[in-house]
Amino acid sequence: MSKKKEFDFFDRPKTRRMLWIALWGSCGLTVALQFFASPEPHFGFDDFFGFNALFGFVACSVLILVAKGLGFILKRNTDYYDD
Amino acid sequence: MTSIHPILAYLGAAALLPLFTGAWRNRMVLAAAAVGLLIVHNLPSGTLATANFLGMDLVLMRVDGLSRVFGYIFCLNSVFAFLFAYKLNDVRQQLAALFYIGSALGAVFAGDLITLYVFWEIMAIASTFLILARKTKLSSGAGFRYVLVHLFGGLCMLVGIIVHIQTTGSIAFTSLAPSLGSWLILLGVLVNASAFPFASWLSDSYPEATVTGGVILSAYTTKTAVYALLRAFPGWEILIVIGCLMAVYGIIYALLENDMRRILAYSITNQVGFMVTGAGIGTAMAINGAAAHAFCHIIYKSLLWMSAGAVLAATGKSKCTELGGLHKTMPLTLLLGLVGALAISSFPGTSGFTSKSMIIQAAANEHLTWVLMILEIASAGVFLHAGIKFPYFVFFAKDKGLRPPEAPRHMLLAMAGLAFLCIALGVYPQPLYAILPFDVGGFDVYKGGKVVAQLQLLLFSALVFFLMLPLLKRTDTIALETDWFYRRGGRLFYQAVSAFFNGLNDMAAKVAGRAVHGFAEFCRNLPERALFLLTALNPDFWTSGTTVNAALRMKQIRDSLDAGALPVGGSLIAVTLGLAVLLGLVL
Repeated sequence: MSKKKEFDFFDRPKTRRMLWIALWGSCGLTVALQFFASPEPHFGFDDFFGFNALFGFVACSVLILVAKGLGFILKRNTDYYDD
Repeated sequence: MTSIHPILAYLGAAALLPLFTGAWRNRMVLAAAAVGLLIVHNLPSGTLATANFLGMDLVLMRVDGLSRVFGYIFCLNSVFAFLFAYKLNDVRQQLAALFYIGSALGAVFAGDLITLYVFWEIMAIASTFLILARKTKLSSGAGFRYVLVHLFGGLCMLVGIIVHIQTTGSIAFTSLAPSLGSWLILLGVLVNASAFPFASWLSDSYPEATVTGGVILSAYTTKTAVYALLRAFPGWEILIVIGCLMAVYGIIYALLENDMRRILAYSITNQVGFMVTGAGIGTAMAINGAAAHAFCHIIYKSLLWMSAGAVLAATGKSKCTELGGLHKTMPLTLLLGLVGALAISSFPGTSGFTSKSMIIQAAANEHLTWVLMILEIASAGVFLHAGIKFPYFVFFAKDKGLRPPEAPRHMLLAMAGLAFLCIALGVYPQPLYAILPFDVGGFDVYKGGKVVAQLQLLLFSALVFFLMLPLLKRTDTIALETDWFYRRGGRLFYQAVSAFFNGLNDMAAKVAGRAVHGFAEFCRNLPERALFLLTALNPDFWTSGTTVNAALRMKQIRDSLDAGALPVGGSLIAVTLGLAVLLGLVL
């Protein structure tokens, strides 16, 4: 890649905004898809519309928060084990 | 139909290594891997090789549905791994890799526990050299810990096998009933499967291995263990618990991790967790799912390790805090890596979806609600750490100004081959389903509802990732792990023991020293005290004065003792008395 014209597509604020829109849009699309094919319920409390979307959202939020919380206890400097 | 053991292709290549140099050596090794694949492809089913050892009938080669799936993928992966390492000029790594892959095949095709154990240990030793070959201080420490952990696991297995043979008289490597022996064998297998709490060796050692070593290591040790679980422990319910724990543990630690190859190492534990759960469920569908998932996992995991390896080879860096913005100069590595990232996240249309869905379906069929729930949480979490975090922080995030060249052609070719397999098995999984140990029946992964559910789960995970990005900011740190107990805990234990026993030693030395010193003083002062006592017996002593005289008299005695000017009689008495006291003490 020549130095004159570097590939900076992902650095542009416009692209970033577009990607955010695409992300929200595709999330909305997957929920809308449920009108055409509904997932099979397994848990007994999951037969409402958009359960899997909510489940993914909550599960990942909890995972990140738990990891973040554990990080306060478990994180050490990289030279922790050095003599 | 030939029935040569595929291990011969690898050991043969190892024997031929000295005869080839330069590029021809790499070509020969690559050709040997292809021959291995061909041999496995042509193997008929049944017991194909036996031997007699110390009165036991060893089954060196047993080919059935289960061992064939693993044999296939082990050889297939080796072809791509050696293609990736086509420019590798290090005979040590090639030798170690050939022995490692060969013995993994030996373990998978073993029909008895003795043969299994022998290949199990060769694997442990050979693989250690793939870590040591990095030749850094970190890698030699990690390799040392790696081999110790595996020797511990191997010893557990050996003791288990001995107890098992003593109690049952059978050496057959088949489904085992719970007993002391089989529990110990299970422990040995679980160490290799990187089951919690024996998981930390994996994330400790693999990221310190060489570029090629990481790719090769990621495939064999844990998957041989999965094979052993599917073979000997199907339906052991504890495996469900262990598997679910591994799946969640891998995600949490991967989210905390900064090193890109360590993130991938944690995701191995996470993915093997799914397979271990499958082994624990133990139904035909679950065994099929675990075997299929192992097959697909090896492919996409190698692909991910290759893309990380290509980045490491090009930049010499592997920390997320030092990487970023690489999409500008390594777009092909990124694209191919992304296929692996989507596959590990089991995105519909990739191999991860067609294999993992079987395990999840098996849990649903058995109405294991909480297992299902954890597997779904873990599925969402995989997309977080391996699917997005790895590519995002390495190839995007903050541009660190690194402008490495694109990966060399042979690496790209190997990655492209694996990426093709990821998509091909995702779109058309039937060839894989056809070689699974059990008939898959009417299992259809592409039911509309399943796809929609998976897409919702994954896309909302992605949304959470980008919404919570500030919380995921990388720091140049490590996270404490269970290996703390032998890395730091071991040292602390040593220090505590050292402080206690050395303290005891010092104290004993001081007490003994004081006692000896005191006794020596006592003996030295004995003559003058005895003389003083004698003079005190003289009545003049009392009449002539006060206590001041006593001190004066004592001084006179000491002076005359020092000068040797005592009347002979007095000295004689003192010496005799002194000797008598000494004698009395001794006796």
